Amino acid sequence: MQQILYFFIRNKNFLLFTLLFLFSIFLTIQTHSYHKNKFINSSNYISGTIYSMKSSITSYFSLKKENIILLEENNRIKRKLESYRDKITNYNIDTAFIYSKYYFSHAKVINNSYSKTKNKLTINKGINDSLKTDMGVVTSKGIVGIIDNISRKYATVQSILNTNSQINAKLKNSKHFGSLIWNTVDPSIVQLIDIPRLAPVKIGDTIVTGGKSTIFPEGILIGEIKDFTLTQDKNSKYLNIKLFNDMTNLEHIHIISNIDTNEIINLEKENEDVK
Amino acid sequence: MLNNLIFINTTRFFLLILVQVLILNQINLFGYINPYLYILFIIIYPFTANKSLLIFLSFLLGLFIDFFSDSGGIHAAASVFIAFIRPVILKYSFGISYEYNTIKISSEDYLKQTIYVGSMVFLHHFIMFALEIFNINHFLLFLNSILFSSIFSIVIILCTITLFSKK
Repeated sequence: MQQILYFFIRNKNFLLFTLLFLFSIFLTIQTHSYHKNKFINSSNYISGTIYSMKSSITSYFSLKKENIILLEENNRIKRKLESYRDKITNYNIDTAFIYSKYYFSHAKVINNSYSKTKNKLTINKGINDSLKTDMGVVTSKGIVGIIDNISRKYATVQSILNTNSQINAKLKNSKHFGSLIWNTVDPSIVQLIDIPRLAPVKIGDTIVTGGKSTIFPEGILIGEIKDFTLTQDKNSKYLNIKLFNDMTNLEHIHIISNIDTNEIINLEKENEDVK
Repeated sequence: MLNNLIFINTTRFFLLILVQVLILNQINLFGYINPYLYILFIIIYPFTANKSLLIFLSFLLGLFIDFFSDSGGIHAAASVFIAFIRPVILKYSFGISYEYNTIKISSEDYLKQTIYVGSMVFLHHFIMFALEIFNINHFLLFLNSILFSSIFSIVIILCTITLFSKK
């Protein structure tokens, strides 16, 4: 017994090291699977507060640019509104009667990363603002990512610049769809894989979201085709996509919630139960 | 005297975390190069002080950085590793005598300083990027990150030591 005690005392540094090192590795491996890193993420109270303090100072530097982006978006929306006004003569001014499956809310990015292989963003809204995990995040120019962790006042977003991300996307012209991934080389370029060889692909074509999931509605902008190659087995195409969004410079974002999500998920679960 | 030491180290601990997450993590030189100054805490922690305490503090330090950068436990793992291996590196950079006479790192010559800081930074970055990238397909990115981030970190750490030394 004494021998064992002496052994522990003599090697206490090594044992402490092994214990803490293995614990850190365990935390790291947990983050490799989506939705599992419950403890260590920047949506917690301390880091959330410090990041929002930082963002309230640094956001002044980009006010001018942000205003221009908002103005551009206003213009675009006004133009769209005018075109609807032409079509519908007796339209209803009360927005409560306009039916839409998707509900939009806005938030501010308080921390952004784009230089790692698994990038995350932190935003300043959380459960208190009725956000949930698996909601889509977009800007006026294109998609940003999906909410993956959430606390009372903050949430983290798994960016499309993350090797765990796979988002359904399609060619705007021809409805052929594939998965959007990132090869970690350049934060302004992502890759679209599994596009069939037959699909007509031209450099400069627009890529939009596919609408095959409950997260993003169909037709949200992603980017344009920069170049493409056939894969080794010659069955599909590998496309490099230039993002419309500048992922290194995000401030105001919109969160999309699908009102029918629960209904769709329950329905799909019922199908699985029958099997 | 002892209280003073505890106060200085506590302040340094939190100050380095804030500088790291609020300033240095936002640099992203050439898209992916960041210096990691926070390991300065482990590098200049008193050489003769309790080793178990250092290992535990390094774990906390790394974990705090991980909290802020959403990276699981990679900083914690790398920090714990260099805290554990520090006596070995001290021995081959400053000689066996470091344990008996109180060496001040800023009063050593630049070659010894660079060897010590360089080995600590390189080991830290190696473990950190190995855990972060964790994929053989991005091997080139791994080598690039280690090389350039190490150079950047070593320069910044040596500058900080020189700047804040009392001579």
